[in-house]
Amino acid sequence: MSEILSIKSLTRRFKEVVAVDTLTLSVDAGEVFGLLGRNGSGKTTLIRMLTTLLAPTKGSASVGGFDVVREPAAVRRLIGYVPQALSADGELTGYENLRVFSILYDIPRERREARIRESLAFMGLTEHGDKMVKDYSGGMIRRLEIAQAMLHQPKLMFLDEPTVGLDPIAREIVWAHIDRLRADYGTTIFFTTHYMDEAQQLCTKAAIMRKGKLIVVGTTDELKQAIGGNATLDDVFVHYTGDSAEEENAYLETAAMRRTTRKLG
Amino acid sequence: MLTAVLRFITKTLAIAEMEVRKLRHDPTELITRAVQPALWLLVFGQVFSRVHAIPTGNLSYIDFLTPGILAQSVLFVAIFNGISIIWERDLGVVHKFLVSPTPRTALVLGKSVSAGVRALSQAIFIYALALALGVKMNWSPQALLGVLLLVVLGAALFSTFSLIIACIVKTRERFMGIGQVLTMPLFFASNAIYPTAIMPEWLKWIAHINPLTYEVDGLRALALAGGESMLGLTTDYVVLTAVLALLVLIGGWIYPRIVT
Repeated sequence: MSEILSIKSLTRRFKEVVAVDTLTLSVDAGEVFGLLGRNGSGKTTLIRMLTTLLAPTKGSASVGGFDVVREPAAVRRLIGYVPQALSADGELTGYENLRVFSILYDIPRERREARIRESLAFMGLTEHGDKMVKDYSGGMIRRLEIAQAMLHQPKLMFLDEPTVGLDPIAREIVWAHIDRLRADYGTTIFFTTHYMDEAQQLCTKAAIMRKGKLIVVGTTDELKQAIGGNATLDDVFVHYTGDSAEEENAYLETAAMRRTTRKLG
Repeated sequence: MLTAVLRFITKTLAIAEMEVRKLRHDPTELITRAVQPALWLLVFGQVFSRVHAIPTGNLSYIDFLTPGILAQSVLFVAIFNGISIIWERDLGVVHKFLVSPTPRTALVLGKSVSAGVRALSQAIFIYALALALGVKMNWSPQALLGVLLLVVLGAALFSTFSLIIACIVKTRERFMGIGQVLTMPLFFASNAIYPTAIMPEWLKWIAHINPLTYEVDGLRALALAGGESMLGLTTDYVVLTAVLALLVLIGGWIYPRIVT
């Protein structure tokens, strides 16, 4: 298995706050990697750095061998990104949303139509492609966002809290599609979540983040066995993150999450 | 090299087209934006025409005012364009654009071009109003094309300026505050509603570094029958294009800041 994501001592400071603290991690191609952590633990900041949106204060990261700071254009061609917040444009149809990005990702003109149709079909949105996104349900919006992120068949897809704000059925559908992305396209998946059922459902490997630091990494079985005694992932999570009463510096993240929940729900 | 240029243009147009499609789905803003220029021409223009207080050479005041109001309406609309970027940032839309392999200047220029297209609807409305008011317009194809170009340049320029402000202030509240603070001086320190000749020296100086002055000057020369340019039509185009180019470069550099 070859390494597709390499993170070395990555740090990001905002004035006095260290949002990501000397984080080192490696993800192999074909994995479904879950980064678990409470709100404010630094998950979104980490994703922002890996997706070239934010520069690290120290340390480095590379995707497919390309450094995120020195070779951002090459990284951008390899990755797909579904942010936590609503990123599909409600003032356009599903098709029109995909069309813009098919051009921005340099999909050749003669292949655009087919690729858009393929993505819509893959995410179960074929009959909704010509409807306005503002009329979509929360689950459909999320699926459209994944359809858009997979247009250029990225090697590595980042999903930040993919099912936040969705009802249980919509969540199951999104999970099924994420799993198929890996199975059918060989896409490596890197997602963040604070939902243990999601991690249990999807991950081949997981890590727990707390106050900007990586606490533990392993397969979900390894993590559970380390705690012992028929532990569930919930137990693992509480074990590693449960001692701090509340995560500080979570205002922006909480606000964003509530906005997203409101818009998707 | 050529591929890179072609891709740049294609991506810029993709962004511009996306914005225009949104307008096609919901054109109501085009109508609401027409109210302010209507007020200026129908109320202010009519009243001041009767006063004869402002010396406008051989043009009637309402004729003099019309190109000024066209430029002003384009300015007002373009300046508040920046707020859409803050809105898009609060969603994840801007992040998606920045994560794609699109040159930042293409993202900015695409928005500028779309602002230009939006401004054309203002121009059409004001021409219709001017016609109804008996303003003597120049209907020759070259003049109309020239007006079109000036309107698009002006809209693109001020909307890019607005994008830069949005990237600096980052919040809606601060943007609305600053938007007001900027539009009024830009408008009043120009030749939109009075000639620069009657301004005190210090104001003349400001008017001469204000891009709106050049836009109005060009519009006055091209939109009106028998219109004349005080500053030179070529100068007008060159100044607007140069300032737009500079702002697009700055915009491309500062755009990623909106998500940090």
